[in-house]
Amino acid sequence: MNVTVKYFAVCHEMLDRSEEEMELPEGSTVRTILKRLEEEWPEIAEFYEVMQMSVNWEYATENTELTEGDEVALIPPVTGGCDV
Amino acid sequence: MFRITTEVITGAEVREAVEGPDAGAVVLFFGTVRNNTGGRAVKHLEYESYPPMAEKKMAEIAQEISEKWGIGRVAMIHRVGKLEIGEVSVAVAVASPHRKDGFEACKYAMDRLKQIVPIWKREVWADGESEWVKPDAVFFDAPKRKTLND
Repeated sequence: MNVTVKYFAVCHEMLDRSEEEMELPEGSTVRTILKRLEEEWPEIAEFYEVMQMSVNWEYATENTELTEGDEVALIPPVTGGCDV
Repeated sequence: MFRITTEVITGAEVREAVEGPDAGAVVLFFGTVRNNTGGRAVKHLEYESYPPMAEKKMAEIAQEISEKWGIGRVAMIHRVGKLEIGEVSVAVAVASPHRKDGFEACKYAMDRLKQIVPIWKREVWADGESEWVKPDAVFFDAPKRKTLND
């Protein structure tokens, strides 16, 4: 199956791209994507502890199962608004 | 109205979105770009967002407010891109029959926005350096991730 993976803010910079298509085996979960990114860029795993994932605009866990056409995103800690 | 925009925020857009004859109060909040963080001079800010998810999460916050206070009219708008000192980055409007609920709901909306709405801020310092802002309280609401080896 194919899914779209989006990267924002610090993730966008680390991976030097804002999104990509990934071909994944059936039965893949969010964890499958995290593992694949970690193979490319081991340092990204350090951020996993504070990072969230989303699937189709909803917060997900690494065990969330994926289906064809899903939109997945790595969500670094959010810092919107006017104050830290 | 729940919106991510690149345009200047005037406040009129959120106010008009919530006003109505049964409102006895409209509480308006503006977040603006401050010229320093912890005493270090800020040149400008850059905001990035994941717009479809951000707007969905804003609508969820309004739903929470509806359930807590019975207030049905909440509007939120957040600007992205480069913002200069003094410009409005976010505006929230809440219309309510009485002001107490409106103030509480408006504060709640901003607190929640900072927890669950995917927007990121980059500070560009006056000395030319820049960095993504790290929050001091991370995701006590969204599901916690475990490490990959769990």
